[in-house]
Amino acid sequence: MRERGKLGDYDWWLLATTFAICGVGVLEIWSATHASHLAGMHNHQMEWILLGVGLMFLLSRVDYHTIMEQAPILYLIALIALIAVLALGHARFGAKRWLPILGGFLQVSELVKLIIIIVMARFFAEVRTEELSLGDLLKAAGVVGLPLILIMLQPDLGTALVLVPLAAIGAYLAGLQWKHALAIMALAAIMVPVGYHFLKPYQKERVTTFLRPEEDPKGAGYQILQSKIAVGSGGFWGKGLGNGSQNQLGFVPVRYSDFILAALAEELGFAGVFVALLLYMFLLLRLVQNAQRAHDRAGMFLVMGVAAVLGFHVLVNVAMVIGFMPVTGIPLPLMSYGGSATLFVFLALGLVMNVRIRRFVN
Amino acid sequence: MSISFQNDKRMPQGRLAIASYVIVGMIALLLFGFWKLQIVDSDRYAQLAERNRVRSLPIIAPRGSMLDREGRVLVDNYPSFSVLLLRDAPTQVDRLLPQIADGLGMSLDDVKQQIDGAKYMPKFQPIVIKPEASQSDIAFIESHRADIPVLEMLMVHRRRYPHGDLMASAVGYVGEVSAEQVENSDSKLKPGDTVGKAGLERQYNDTLMGTDGLRRVIVNSIGKEVGRLEQQDAIPGKPIQLTIDYDLQAVADNYMADKEGAVVAMDGRTGEILAMVSRPTFDPNDFAVRIPNAEWRELNTDPRTPLLNRAVQGQMAPGSVFKIVMATAMLESKALPDDFTAFCPGHADFYGRTFHCWRPAGHGSVDLHKAIVDSCDVFFYTIGQRMGIDRIQQYATGLGLGRRTGVDLPSEETGLVPSEEWVQRVYHHKWYAGETISVSIGQGAVTVTPIQMARMIAAVASGGNLVQPHFLKNFTAKTDRFPLDENTVEKVTQGMYGVINEGGTGASLKLQNIEFSGKSGTAQLMSYGAGSKMGKKGKETNGWFVGYAPRRDPEIVVAAVIQGSSEHGGTTAGPVVRDLVKAYYDKKSGVKMQLEYTAKGKRQENVAPAGNASTLAIAHPGIDQAAAQAVPVSAKPTEAR
Repeated sequence: MRERGKLGDYDWWLLATTFAICGVGVLEIWSATHASHLAGMHNHQMEWILLGVGLMFLLSRVDYHTIMEQAPILYLIALIALIAVLALGHARFGAKRWLPILGGFLQVSELVKLIIIIVMARFFAEVRTEELSLGDLLKAAGVVGLPLILIMLQPDLGTALVLVPLAAIGAYLAGLQWKHALAIMALAAIMVPVGYHFLKPYQKERVTTFLRPEEDPKGAGYQILQSKIAVGSGGFWGKGLGNGSQNQLGFVPVRYSDFILAALAEELGFAGVFVALLLYMFLLLRLVQNAQRAHDRAGMFLVMGVAAVLGFHVLVNVAMVIGFMPVTGIPLPLMSYGGSATLFVFLALGLVMNVRIRRFVN
Repeated sequence: MSISFQNDKRMPQGRLAIASYVIVGMIALLLFGFWKLQIVDSDRYAQLAERNRVRSLPIIAPRGSMLDREGRVLVDNYPSFSVLLLRDAPTQVDRLLPQIADGLGMSLDDVKQQIDGAKYMPKFQPIVIKPEASQSDIAFIESHRADIPVLEMLMVHRRRYPHGDLMASAVGYVGEVSAEQVENSDSKLKPGDTVGKAGLERQYNDTLMGTDGLRRVIVNSIGKEVGRLEQQDAIPGKPIQLTIDYDLQAVADNYMADKEGAVVAMDGRTGEILAMVSRPTFDPNDFAVRIPNAEWRELNTDPRTPLLNRAVQGQMAPGSVFKIVMATAMLESKALPDDFTAFCPGHADFYGRTFHCWRPAGHGSVDLHKAIVDSCDVFFYTIGQRMGIDRIQQYATGLGLGRRTGVDLPSEETGLVPSEEWVQRVYHHKWYAGETISVSIGQGAVTVTPIQMARMIAAVASGGNLVQPHFLKNFTAKTDRFPLDENTVEKVTQGMYGVINEGGTGASLKLQNIEFSGKSGTAQLMSYGAGSKMGKKGKETNGWFVGYAPRRDPEIVVAAVIQGSSEHGGTTAGPVVRDLVKAYYDKKSGVKMQLEYTAKGKRQENVAPAGNASTLAIAHPGIDQAAAQAVPVSAKPTEAR
């Protein structure tokens, strides 16, 4: 048996890409905030990144099989945490998402995402059939559905929705049958209008705004419009770091976090965006490659779960910035400012590294 | 625990490969989105970003002030704030309206009305919704910059008339430019500009009005100014110096304060206007801030016509002052011998009708000098009949009646001097010879403005120099010549000297050491029952006095008319003329000025009856009234003293 976990076994390309994205993010957070009362934010972000790297390394040292064995307990912890946050949670911006832990506030749903990745990987790894049976499919739906509903109750529609592609890619790789896929899509088509009925008013507004932004250019459509103005006015080469008027004068909403790519697009132009998106593409492809080379099916599911979550984040956030999707409050992984979100991504990458360094086992 | 999920080596390599393609496709799609925004539509978004960032605010140029002939301020400005409403985002404005109306203490309807009124103006142009912002308005705007970003404050220079209504009629007032004016201004004016609407404010608007500047500032997303791009400074309007003498103006205004009528004092040699009052009047300060509709309507429909400048727009029968024209015509035309004498038994018959002299007992044997001094009607009836209307018209027009004096005020009226040709042209019938008799004593169809009377007297006393009356100090006035014979000038001025100094109709006005001369007149308001139709008492008259000094080549000429009084011109209008002449000489010789030269000041009871109908014989082309005047005069006596 080969010695495992040597430094050379880590995915240095993946790590380099990660750091490149983080670097761009820190730079843009600095640019977006240095002239405002938020100055110094990029330093906090760097602290989160360093902490994240440490946690990533630690998590990679514990064999992922050991972690996956604890899936039922982790699942239970996740549910309890979600109920706790509903019961005692600290409300910010009108939603209960934070639990006070270790003197800070932890966004519980980020932790839950990580746990559900593990739980889903475990669930699908135990499926022995070549094709996913309806029974297993429904079970999977149930396992994901419970935390999903709890997260929606916070309410945090964006994070709740992240669980959907996570389950979907697991099912797909576990041999989802075409007839079931079609049935799910048909069901979704019916459910969307019904579900719309149950949305909170502000959520409805976001959707209608997204569909017809010109109706209310300074109300709810304001954010999307300002984001598009920032992106569009950046042109090919951008206005230069620290020179974007949309960014510097505060027209871009939460420019250091959810809309950081709009700030980047304005200041660094299409050229900057092109590089950033290529970095994300490389990151995601690298994850798929790690899945392909995983030691076993369990590792593959784990890595692809991470890929699904990160890919969904990138898609939804970037599409929102250019007005392709409504505002959901999903940050851009590794670039948006935020402690919980940054730590989540590094922990998720820790799972990937975990699988990576054990690819030659046996 | 059995590790059921370990070491399962089955890998869905096909599906994983597809996942890779999906990732590449997704990134490609997102890049396409950026390409469309940043490359294809870049210019449009760059413009939108610029519009976000830059706010253009006008810098209002202060209007030039007006000074009197000694440099004393008559009109100036004070700084003030207007509340601007930015209208780029209509839905947002609509949503915030109730809050805005509430915060500014305005009614919602009022605000809506103003926005409606500006709906055809380009959206990027802010409108003034409250011209005069109070301290609390400013506080409201400042504290709501974030949640009501559509309000902005604008520093303006508000017009101030420190002396109130002192010379409102001549100065005029300012107001917001009308759409029509904007259209006709060759793009020099823009909506929202303050322009002179009447009087000197309007006449010299181009000089007084500056050019507004523009400030382009950088604002952040909550509308706070964070930087300045460029500034095009405002060019202030130029001040103008007037010929008005504040001291004389105050004397005239003090006398006229509670009367109805007009006074104009002028330098007879140059045409410089020293004082001009028209009463009733208005306070131009009321117009400096947007005037409430109700108040405006009231001013416009007030039967006492406070907006009319009677000195140049009031067209009234001149009464006996017209006899100076008659005397001049008689001597110049040689239609009658200089020593022509008429006998006045108190009345005379012409064309089968009896015309009375104002003095029922008659004046006996009257020559020209006595006729002027005592204002004998019969003498002038007689010479009028001999000369005929066209010769009278020739001299009246020659002396500047019936045509504009060219004073530098807008809307000057012409008055009217009738002739055979005029009656033929306007009424398509022949001139009634009896009308000539009425015209001979300044009644009938003839109407004049006070400023014409001042100029006429100055012309007669100066041998025919028709000066152009003017307010602007450095005005190039042109003097028309209507040459009069030395003999004519001497005889007529001797007569006017006699009116005051030889126990004539102005004997009570005599001044020590001053060759104060003049002529009184008391014109019936409207002949032929027009007055009673309008609910007037038949006895009401317009009292005229036109006086000047010295007797030849006058330095100061004053024409005054008091309307709607039952007293005679010498009594009603004489005192203010004398006061002004006295004040002029006092000032010239360094004697301390007084405001009250007469016992009859502001507190006098001689108030025109309230609410009476217009006392002006306005010669608007209303056919009814003019036609009535063309009818032969009634046999009722026309008084004059």
